[in-house]
Amino acid sequence: MRNPVRTEAEAFSFVIAVVALFAAVALVGIFVNGWAALVAFVVLAPVVGYRYFSSDPKVVEPAVWDRSRDADGRHRILVVANETVAGRSLRDEVVRRAVERDAQVLVVTPALNTRIRHWTSDEDTARGAAQARLDESLAALSRDGIDAQGTVGDDDPCQAIEDALRMFAADEIVVSTHPAGRSNWLEHGVVERAKERFDLPITHVVVDLEREAGARRTA
Amino acid sequence: MSAHAEAHGAHPPVANRSSRVDSRLLGIYFFIASEVMLFGSFFSAYFFARVAVPHDEWPPKPYELPVYLALLNTIILVSSSFTMHWALQSIKRNNRSGLIAGLAITFGLGLTFLLIQAREYTRIGFSPHDLAFGTTFFGLTGLHGCHVFLGLTLLGIALVRSLRGHYGPAGHDHLGVEIPGIYWHFVDVMWIVVYTTVYVL
Repeated sequence: MRNPVRTEAEAFSFVIAVVALFAAVALVGIFVNGWAALVAFVVLAPVVGYRYFSSDPKVVEPAVWDRSRDADGRHRILVVANETVAGRSLRDEVVRRAVERDAQVLVVTPALNTRIRHWTSDEDTARGAAQARLDESLAALSRDGIDAQGTVGDDDPCQAIEDALRMFAADEIVVSTHPAGRSNWLEHGVVERAKERFDLPITHVVVDLEREAGARRTA
Repeated sequence: MSAHAEAHGAHPPVANRSSRVDSRLLGIYFFIASEVMLFGSFFSAYFFARVAVPHDEWPPKPYELPVYLALLNTIILVSSSFTMHWALQSIKRNNRSGLIAGLAITFGLGLTFLLIQAREYTRIGFSPHDLAFGTTFFGLTGLHGCHVFLGLTLLGIALVRSLRGHYGPAGHDHLGVEIPGIYWHFVDVMWIVVYTTVYVL
């Protein structure tokens, strides 16, 4: 959804939308009467509002409040994964990217929860499980010599990314999921939503835990 | 109670990160929300005076509103949004002269708007004391004029800074232009609503 106070360009687009709306309302008021203009406003305002807020800006700019982050020049990778966080293929991908560019890594594991537990703020179990998986993953990355930190995030992966970006000015995002057909995140279009919402390179890594476990047994 | 306290040790539990809204984002939202409520209260008074108080026609005789002069002011203010946008696009492309020209023209247009409004006030033929109509008219347009004045102050600071060589194409180097720009567009939007409801309808 577009935010008219996100950037000056967004605010300018909003001005254009408002000019169009009120020009139409004013014309109805001039040629018919004030009550017809009110009806025109009630009909047109939701239409114009919907078109504005649901459209995508041609150029996505970083929001005003995201611009003044201090940067130490190091590349920063934000990794978002939950059950797949300890997967071998994800770890290999993160290590490869981190070594290539001497990057700092922040791993976020959303605390997946049931809807009823979420609404009743019963999050301790979900956060505990996410923390355990995160600890395992951070230990593995540390053994590979990667400068990685981690945190448990919101149960909505996109919200977890947004929260993390406020603390960690990432240069790229890696989202890890199960393969299609077994991934709840893919079913809910998490990767597509993240690409629409964040103006950063996003890499999708598929982790097949069953195949990795099978490979380990064979070995 | 004691078990809960022991579980968390000597410090409070870690806050859910989703509750940590960025303070600058929150500031912008609160500011815009308060401004919308402020204008909303003035619009409520205006519509109450217009609808609840019986009048044969609006504005009540013998008063008349200078619709065409206000239309000229509307064109001036909408144009200033374009020049403001041009100024910011210029500095993003490292075009300093475009930034200075855009800000100077925007400032000039805003100042012209205020001078025309001041001229309108002196010749309009009624005052804030004349009926609820006069009170709400001067209240709404005056409130907007105050916002234009504040916007001009911000633009003036940005213009002086740009003349002194400040600002640059990098995102965090032109925040001092971008934030007044957002405010200026907000002022423009409010005028479009004021003009349509007060002068045209």
